[in-house]
Amino acid sequence: MSKSSPPEGQNLAFLRGLTQPRLSRSDFMRGAAASFAAMALSGTGPADAATVTNWKAWWEAQKPTKEFIFANWPLYIDVTSNGKDHPSIDTFTKQTGISVTYDEVIQDDPSFYAKVAPVLKSGQPTGYDMMVITDGWYLTELLLQKFLVPLWREKVPNFNKYAGASVKNPSYDPGNKHTMVWQSGLTGIGYNPKLTKREITSLDDLWDPAFAGHIGMFSDTNEIGSFGMLKLGINPTTSTPADWTKAAAVLQDQKDKKLVRQYYDQSYINALQNGDIWITMAWSGDIYQANSKGYKDLKFVVPKEGCSIWHDNMCIPVGAKNPLSALAWMNYYYTPDVAGIIEDYVNYICPVPGAKDYILNVIKDPDVANSPLVFPPQSSFAKTHEFRAFKSYAEYQTWVNTFSPIVES
Amino acid sequence: MRRLSRNLAPYLLSLPSWVYLAVFFVIPLGSMLGLALATGDPLDGYVMSDNFSEFSLAFSQYHAEFLRSFIYGAISTIITLIIAFPVAYWIAFYGGRNKSTYLFLLVLPFFVTFVIRVLAWEFILSDQGFVLGTLKNLGLIPQTAHILSTQWAVIGGLVYNSLAYYVLPLYVALEKIDRRVVQAANDLYATPAIAFTRVIIPLSAPGIFAGFLLVFVTNVGDFVNAFILGGPGTYMIGNVIQDSFFDNQNYPLAAALSSMLMFLLMIAIFLYAKAFGTDTIQDYAA
Repeated sequence: MSKSSPPEGQNLAFLRGLTQPRLSRSDFMRGAAASFAAMALSGTGPADAATVTNWKAWWEAQKPTKEFIFANWPLYIDVTSNGKDHPSIDTFTKQTGISVTYDEVIQDDPSFYAKVAPVLKSGQPTGYDMMVITDGWYLTELLLQKFLVPLWREKVPNFNKYAGASVKNPSYDPGNKHTMVWQSGLTGIGYNPKLTKREITSLDDLWDPAFAGHIGMFSDTNEIGSFGMLKLGINPTTSTPADWTKAAAVLQDQKDKKLVRQYYDQSYINALQNGDIWITMAWSGDIYQANSKGYKDLKFVVPKEGCSIWHDNMCIPVGAKNPLSALAWMNYYYTPDVAGIIEDYVNYICPVPGAKDYILNVIKDPDVANSPLVFPPQSSFAKTHEFRAFKSYAEYQTWVNTFSPIVES
Repeated sequence: MRRLSRNLAPYLLSLPSWVYLAVFFVIPLGSMLGLALATGDPLDGYVMSDNFSEFSLAFSQYHAEFLRSFIYGAISTIITLIIAFPVAYWIAFYGGRNKSTYLFLLVLPFFVTFVIRVLAWEFILSDQGFVLGTLKNLGLIPQTAHILSTQWAVIGGLVYNSLAYYVLPLYVALEKIDRRVVQAANDLYATPAIAFTRVIIPLSAPGIFAGFLLVFVTNVGDFVNAFILGGPGTYMIGNVIQDSFFDNQNYPLAAALSSMLMFLLMIAIFLYAKAFGTDTIQDYAA
């Protein structure tokens, strides 16, 4: 995937899934209020939610239920044109008799974590049987506190059968013990060739003085820290604090030379569209959406040094009332047919490579099926790196203290 | 007995306000201070301690952002005053029967969410947007000129967002001025300029004072303008607090920074009130 081409025509289905803002800071007010609640309760320490020691026995004691409550991000599943029905969910209900409550309640990880953490800490059920959390500190925090139910893998045979290599055995959850990927995405470079006046291939271009004052970087420390390391040829996933310091020095140098216009959240896409920045760290989906909104010049590239890959993960919170239904849903999702139906709307990166043929031959939507961003070729996956999974709060704070002075100034 | 209850009555009547203050002000404030001194982490919980190091750390690491916030706050408040005074003066003295319409127009932008208004400025001021783009096409400014991501964009955003908060108290003060006092000044051979500086400005002092506090305190703690309109080197202390609280989950640091910001603001307000004190204002108003 040296570069992506915009989809032909205005395929609304194709666009639907690309509109979701990630790591939104714009509703920080609400999130901050929720964090207050989390903070007030955090003094109580870990609660009894994690008292189960023998999960195999716990699973075997569970009785099948006819309900399933699924918390997900907005615009993250197939929708009929009336905007109400989700064919994949309806089929699931038809096949299994399980009625699904689908809640689009997750706006970003920090605020959703702030909502569920106090409940989990007090040992109460969250009311959800499944939630979708991005790999990063908040997922780690849930795992460290044993707030996620270890999966009964025998009940999800389709995962072993159909899951792509990129979603198996992720660094943040070895052996997929607690999570299975819903969708993935890439962080690479977005640019406007008319303004850069040449094609972009390398991370070095983000340090090119020719673009001084027109370079955008992400303010998220996970994102920017990983790029600093990729620039130095260090694999972020397995990096050490010594590597972090080196990466911070390169990023500091980039800032001191006044190369960076601004450290952005998802608003970078406006700046790129307006021409304020010429070249920037970018999420693949955003550039696709910009292309189809009429900003056809913009391009996305996976730099030759590599790029970041993030995963949104299905997981079962402790206290879930219908855990067997959640497993049934995971098994249902990990088939070429179902993943294909959903992927045709969502268009991030599909965890089931076999869905490509389904989309191409059954749904007959070659734009999606042949897109190197939805189904990246193996050569692209080889260059992707997961974020560093932190082992403790202290390690996370070391990371934050290393990289936040760059974006905070 | 009757005497006692009469003495107690004012306190009993004000009891609800005391309870309100305690529950919504003193307790949260106390818990914030407590958290700043606590040790621990969000996973295992926090333990109260007398760990004052968070304060020294917060100051040594972020004194530049503190200073910057106060400078931005002061500059933006002064500019707001310079713009708001003529507006309030005109509405109060020449608004006629349309006064309330003008005031309504002034607060009209507030019907749109704060964040959206700031985002609109990001769009208006973008490098190729219709302001800079037009000026560049006319050759009036160099192609490389930009406003966004500079401190002036941040200060401009602060001024824009606080204008109404300064106009309203000024309007109230100016509206109350007895027009016969101005006439008397004219009768005593004061030029319009002297009447303005010696009569109208002193008489509007309570409005200037109140508006200054309202705008300055809000602007020093602001983080939205710096986040959206600023760039490297324009981070304000509010942004640091938001980051440490929300993204980095460093609650003690966030609490220490918030407490320090409040403390510094209280000192600033105290000094300001001392210099431009309420006593003098009473004199002016009397």
